[in-house]
Amino acid sequence: MATPRRILVLLAHPVLERSRVNRRLADAIHGLEGVTLHDLYEHYPSGDLDVRYEQSLLLSNDVYVFQHPFYWYSVPSILKEWQDLVLEHGWAYGQKGTHLRGKITFNAITTGGPTTVYRPEGRNRFTVRQFLAPWDQTAVLCGMRYLAPFVVHGSFRLNNDDDVAPHAAAYRRVLEALRDHRFDLDRAQQAQRLNDDLDALITGEPPGATGEASA
Amino acid sequence: MSDSVLLQAFIYLAATVVGVPLAKKLGLGSVLGYLLAGVTIGPYVLGLVGTEGHNLMHFAEFGVVMMLFLVGLELKPTLLWELRRPILGLGGLQVLATIAVIGGAAVALGVPWREALAVGMILAMSSTAIVLQSLAEKGLLKTSGGQASFSVLLFQDIAVIPILALFPLLAEGGMRARSSGGNGLPGWAQALLVIGAVAVVIGSGRYVVKPFFRLLAQTRLREVFTAAALFLVVGIALLMQQVGMSPALGTFLAGVVLAESEYRHELESDIEPFKGLLLGLFFITVGAQIDFGVVAARPGLVAALVVGVVGIKLGVLYGLARVFGLDRPARWLFAFGLAQVGEFAFVLFSYGLQTHVLTPALASPLVAVVALSMAITPLLFITFERVVLPRVTAGGARRPDDEIVNADHQVVIAGFGRFGQVVGRLLKANGIGATVLDLDPNMVEILGRLGFKVYYGDASRPELLHAAGCERAKLFVLAVDDPEISAVIAHAVRQHFPHLPILGRARNRAHYYTLHRAGVKKIFRETMGSAVEMGAATLHELGMRAHTAYRIAQAWRRHDERALDELGKLWGGDQGVYFANARRMVDEAERLIRNETPMAFDEVEAEWDNESLREEVAAVAKITQDASIAPVPPGEDEAPPRPSS
Repeated sequence: MATPRRILVLLAHPVLERSRVNRRLADAIHGLEGVTLHDLYEHYPSGDLDVRYEQSLLLSNDVYVFQHPFYWYSVPSILKEWQDLVLEHGWAYGQKGTHLRGKITFNAITTGGPTTVYRPEGRNRFTVRQFLAPWDQTAVLCGMRYLAPFVVHGSFRLNNDDDVAPHAAAYRRVLEALRDHRFDLDRAQQAQRLNDDLDALITGEPPGATGEASA
Repeated sequence: MSDSVLLQAFIYLAATVVGVPLAKKLGLGSVLGYLLAGVTIGPYVLGLVGTEGHNLMHFAEFGVVMMLFLVGLELKPTLLWELRRPILGLGGLQVLATIAVIGGAAVALGVPWREALAVGMILAMSSTAIVLQSLAEKGLLKTSGGQASFSVLLFQDIAVIPILALFPLLAEGGMRARSSGGNGLPGWAQALLVIGAVAVVIGSGRYVVKPFFRLLAQTRLREVFTAAALFLVVGIALLMQQVGMSPALGTFLAGVVLAESEYRHELESDIEPFKGLLLGLFFITVGAQIDFGVVAARPGLVAALVVGVVGIKLGVLYGLARVFGLDRPARWLFAFGLAQVGEFAFVLFSYGLQTHVLTPALASPLVAVVALSMAITPLLFITFERVVLPRVTAGGARRPDDEIVNADHQVVIAGFGRFGQVVGRLLKANGIGATVLDLDPNMVEILGRLGFKVYYGDASRPELLHAAGCERAKLFVLAVDDPEISAVIAHAVRQHFPHLPILGRARNRAHYYTLHRAGVKKIFRETMGSAVEMGAATLHELGMRAHTAYRIAQAWRRHDERALDELGKLWGGDQGVYFANARRMVDEAERLIRNETPMAFDEVEAEWDNESLREEVAAVAKITQDASIAPVPPGEDEAPPRPSS
C-alpha cells in the first residue's frame, strides 16, 4: 500500500465566526490525521502573504483543497492574492517550474443558490465547473490533476448542526478517501461535483462507514 | 520718570528684537545676539544706555535664579543623586585646580598671594547663564558633556558660599570680626542658619506648596497662579540671601523638590517667559557693561589676560574631563563651554573691593576681562561645533568637506534616532541613499561606528539644508523627536525649499497640528501605528478572529484620523469648544465599538453581513416556490453582499 497522501486545506473565509456552513465543514476535518488546516484569514490578518512559507506548505503536501464561499462566482480576495503570489513562474509553472507536478487539487465551496440555478437554463446560466474554469486551467498549467469541486448548495437553508451534518460527513469522507488512496481520481476529474455520487468515487470503503451521500 | 523707564524698556526691547533674530539667522546663537545688542546700545557705540545699567544688571541677574529653578524642575532628586560624583569630584577639582593655576600665575606676575588667591577663586567661576542657555538651545544639555558641565556649574554655585565667607579672612590683617555673610553671626550659627533655610525650602516644597497651589488652581485665574509661581521663586531667593547663600542654589533646590509635583509643567510655563526676558536683559547688560575705556587704554594687556584666563581654564577643564573618562566630543564641549568667567565674578569683585581684599587697580581691568570672556563664549561654542567637533567625531580632519560635496541624495532625513533609523534602514535596503542629519553628537558617533553616515548639525539652519542637498532632493523626512525643533525645521524647509514635500513625525496632537499648519504634507503620529497594532493583538488574544480584529482596528484608526482632522480646525481656538468636541469624538468612537451607530464599524460588518439577503431569499422563495426561475439575487457565500449590489 502506498503511503497516505498528505492533504492541505486552504480555508478562506473573511468572517468565519459568522459562517454557518464553512465553519462546520472546517470543524469536521480539523485534526484529521494527514490533514493540515490552513486558515488564511487568521494567519494573515492584513492579507499580506508569506510566499515562501506558503510554497513550503505546498511542497510538504500532496493534495490541496481550496475551501471557501463562492463569492461572486469565484473566491474571496485572499485566495486570488494567494494564487497571484504563490504560484510563481519558474516555481509552479514554466520550464523550470515543476514543483507542483502530479499534485491533486480541487475547490470545496458553498453557494447560496440551489443546484438547479447552476445550469444553462437556470438563473446563473453556467455550471459551477464552468465558473471554476480559471482554477481548472491554473491546475493544469501547473501540471496538477484538477478534480470536480465539492459543493454545498443552498447554504441559506442550512442553519444548524443537523442541517450541515450530512455535508460535513461527506467532506470528511472525501478527504479520508483521498488520503488513503481509495478515491477514483479519473472519475473525480470527469464529475460535475464530487459529492453528487460519492459512493461511485470511493473504492474499498472501510468497515463501519455509511454509504450516505448528499446533494 | 515713567517716560524714561518706558524709553529704557523700549531701547532694551528694540535691541533684543533686532539683535537676537539677526544673530540667530547668522547661526551665532541667541546669547551672542544679546551681548552684541548690549555692546551696540552701550556707552561706547550708540550711547543709548549709561551707568544705570549696573542696577539693571543686578535686577537682571534674577533671570539666572529663575533659570536654575527651571533646571531644578527638570531634574528629579534621583537624577541629582546620580550626579553626585561629577558634582563633587569634577566640580570640586575644577575649582581647586583653576584656583591653583590662576593664583600661581598671578603670584608669578608679582601679585601678593592674598589677592592672587582671591582672583583665582573669582576666575574659577563659569557662567551658568551663558552655558546653560547655550547648551539648552543646542540640545546638548542631556549629553554626557552637557551633564558634566551642569554638574560643575552646580558645584560652583555651592562654592560661592564659602568663597564669600573667605574673603573677609583674606583681607589684609585678617579682619576676623567681619564674619561670613556679613550679618555678624559666628560660623556655627551661620551654618545652622543655612541648614535651617534649606530644610525650610525642602519641607515647604514637599508639604506646603502642593495644597497651596491646589487652592490657587481652583480660583481658575491664570494670573494668580503666575503671581504665586513668581512669589515662590522670589521668596526662596530672598530667604537664601538672608542666610548668605546663593539664591540661585536655593531656587534650584526648590525646583528639584517640585520636579515630581503635578504642578511642574504649570510652573515651568509660568516662569519660562520671565526667565527668558530677564536672562536676555542680563546678557544685554553684560554687553553694555564692557568697559571699552579700560580695553582701549591697555588693549594688549586685556587681550593677553583674556587669552590667558580662558586658555588656563580650558586646559584645566580638558585635563579633568580626560581624567574623568569623558569621551572626546564631550571633553571638548565641556572644556570650550566652561572656559569663560561667570557672572558671579562681578558680584565677587565688588565684594572683594568692599572687603579690601582687592585693589581697584587690579580689579577694573579684570572686570573687563570677565565680560569679554563671556562675550567670546558663543564664539567658542561655534568653534567647538564647526571646527573641533567634526574632527573629533570623525576621527579625521577631512570629514566636513566630504559632507557638503556628496550630499546629492533623493531624500534628506532630519533626526536619526529610533524613529528616523527605521525609515533610513528601509530606504537603504532598497538602495535609496539619504542624507542624514542629527543634532546629537553622541548618536552621530555611535551611528558612525555602526556604518551609518550621519552628519552632525542643526537642520533648521538654511546653510546646512543647502549643504544637505535640499534643492535637488525629492523628499524631506522630518523624524526629529523634539516637537519644538521639529517645528522650526519644518518652517525652515517650507520657507527655503517650498518645492520639497515633507513627511513628518508627530510626537503628540499639538505637534501634529503645528506641523499640519506649517504645511507638512503627511504626518505620522509616532506611537499610533504600534498602539493600534497592539490593540488589534489584544482583541485577537481575547478570541477575536485575527482578520476581524485587524479590520476593526483599521476602521477605528480611520475614525480617529477623521476626528483628528476635524478637531484640528478647532485647535488653538476656544478651549471649551475644542474639548467639548473632543469628548464627543471619544464618545462616538466608543459607541462605534459597541456597534450602536452605523459608522466605521458597521462599515466593516455590513460588507460581510448577509442577513438582509437571507431574508430576501427566504421571502422570494416562499412566493415563487420554484427557486430555479425565481429572480433571486446572488446569495450568501455566492457573493459578499454589498450595498446596492
